[in-house]
Amino acid sequence: MVPPCFGAGDSGSAVQRALGESGRPMREIPAERITEAVRQLCIEANTELGQDVLAACAEARKHEPSPAGVDVLDQIEENARIARETKLPLCQDTGFAVFFVELGQEVRLTGGTLAEAINEGVRQGYKEGYLRKSIVADPFDRKNTGDNTPAVIHLDLVAGERMRVVFAPKGGGSENMSRLGMLKPAQGREGVKQFVVDTVSRAGPDPCPPLVVGVGLGGTFEVAATIAKRSLLRPVGHPNPDLELAKLERDIFQEVNALGIGPQGFGGKTTALAVHVESHPCHIASLPVAVNIQCHSARHKEVEL
Amino acid sequence: MSEESSEEAQTFELEAPLGDADLEGLEAGQRVRINGVIFGARDSAHRRMVEALDAGEPLPVDLAGQMIYYVGPSPAPPGHAIGSAGPTTSGRMDVFAPRLLECGLKAMIGKGSRSAEVREAMQKHKAVYLAVVGGAAALISRSIVEAEVVAYDDLGPEALRRLTVRGLPAVVINDVRGGDLYEQGRARYGKGSSS
Repeated sequence: MVPPCFGAGDSGSAVQRALGESGRPMREIPAERITEAVRQLCIEANTELGQDVLAACAEARKHEPSPAGVDVLDQIEENARIARETKLPLCQDTGFAVFFVELGQEVRLTGGTLAEAINEGVRQGYKEGYLRKSIVADPFDRKNTGDNTPAVIHLDLVAGERMRVVFAPKGGGSENMSRLGMLKPAQGREGVKQFVVDTVSRAGPDPCPPLVVGVGLGGTFEVAATIAKRSLLRPVGHPNPDLELAKLERDIFQEVNALGIGPQGFGGKTTALAVHVESHPCHIASLPVAVNIQCHSARHKEVEL
Repeated sequence: MSEESSEEAQTFELEAPLGDADLEGLEAGQRVRINGVIFGARDSAHRRMVEALDAGEPLPVDLAGQMIYYVGPSPAPPGHAIGSAGPTTSGRMDVFAPRLLECGLKAMIGKGSRSAEVREAMQKHKAVYLAVVGGAAALISRSIVEAEVVAYDDLGPEALRRLTVRGLPAVVINDVRGGDLYEQGRARYGKGSSS
């Protein structure tokens, strides 16, 4: 039986195709297909707010005692409707283009590298979608790269022959309020809770609450930050399947919403729409905790190739 | 400045530029709608304006009686005066704001807390700070009917723009008497409060 061929184009070429673990030819994905998918993701993610965010705002509105807070939640909903209809971006800050890619190790990319394919998609999407280019080439010189590249790409090699691309544009205002602490193990659960609540408290109105608070617990310095960001990809308010972590999420959520910051900092009970915690094994000497703050424009879209 | 009583909370109409308008009547927490001509500027345009002042050069626009909106819009698609145009975080302009208040700037529009220095300078110069809803950028775009780059074109989204606005919805954060909605909101709805 002829094995299925997912790659477009060169199946008839003279090039010897590599064999995957299964002994059949590796699935090929042309770079241009990734570019096209990324181009679409950039435009859609920036103009369509997820139903999970809208549902969380609607739920929060029911319990929000502050009239100014209710006003803000109404404007967020109205803004999402206008963005969807007009294709204007939800926020003028269309973000740093952050990607989480799961690449099946039975897949071979053809016609270019992964980074080239993704960056070309960003270039096209940000131009065609009239999205703001917010990246400067050098932190000191601060000259705009003009096309919102380079993207940040987190790559995981996974089993199989599928490729999943998640795009999560990240705005500067909320990213700036994020924080990482290398706590002492003795500080434990209480120390972690305090650190997260303190981070949200210090941020106050600046990161555009209501927020999604992403928490990365454990790992090394960089793993904590990465899993904090990854936690933001979860549908808003879906608890961690681990019951202990889900309880930690609920506890932090309650404390954060007791701060009184409220929507946009105008005062109220809705400072966060959700708290997401991810954890990772860590060193005997360490208790890293990273808090990645996400504004209510919690944008992410994904595609499977 | 006029008052509308159609909504449950009073909404003031502000006509920009403010000129010598008396802002004494505005109170932290009050809703306002802004009409008229304002300027859009953020980090780099502020740096350049303050560098010009340091060098003894004139500013590209006279700021007396004006309002500055901290905004770096997305590109305008065909048929739109401007792209999405929500506020950026005001705190980054704190190091520049007192100099511009000295030049007669009467109001700043953005989102997020201001430094103690800026709050003092606002009281001294009888100026106010207003917030619009961060992330409601497509909605806000509808209130901006004209947009024109007036200086620093090379800065792209950070250029200095003249914006004509109609009914731009904002909330007073800092009034001329030192009232601060961010502090009042937390005191009212935070832990241990009566609400």
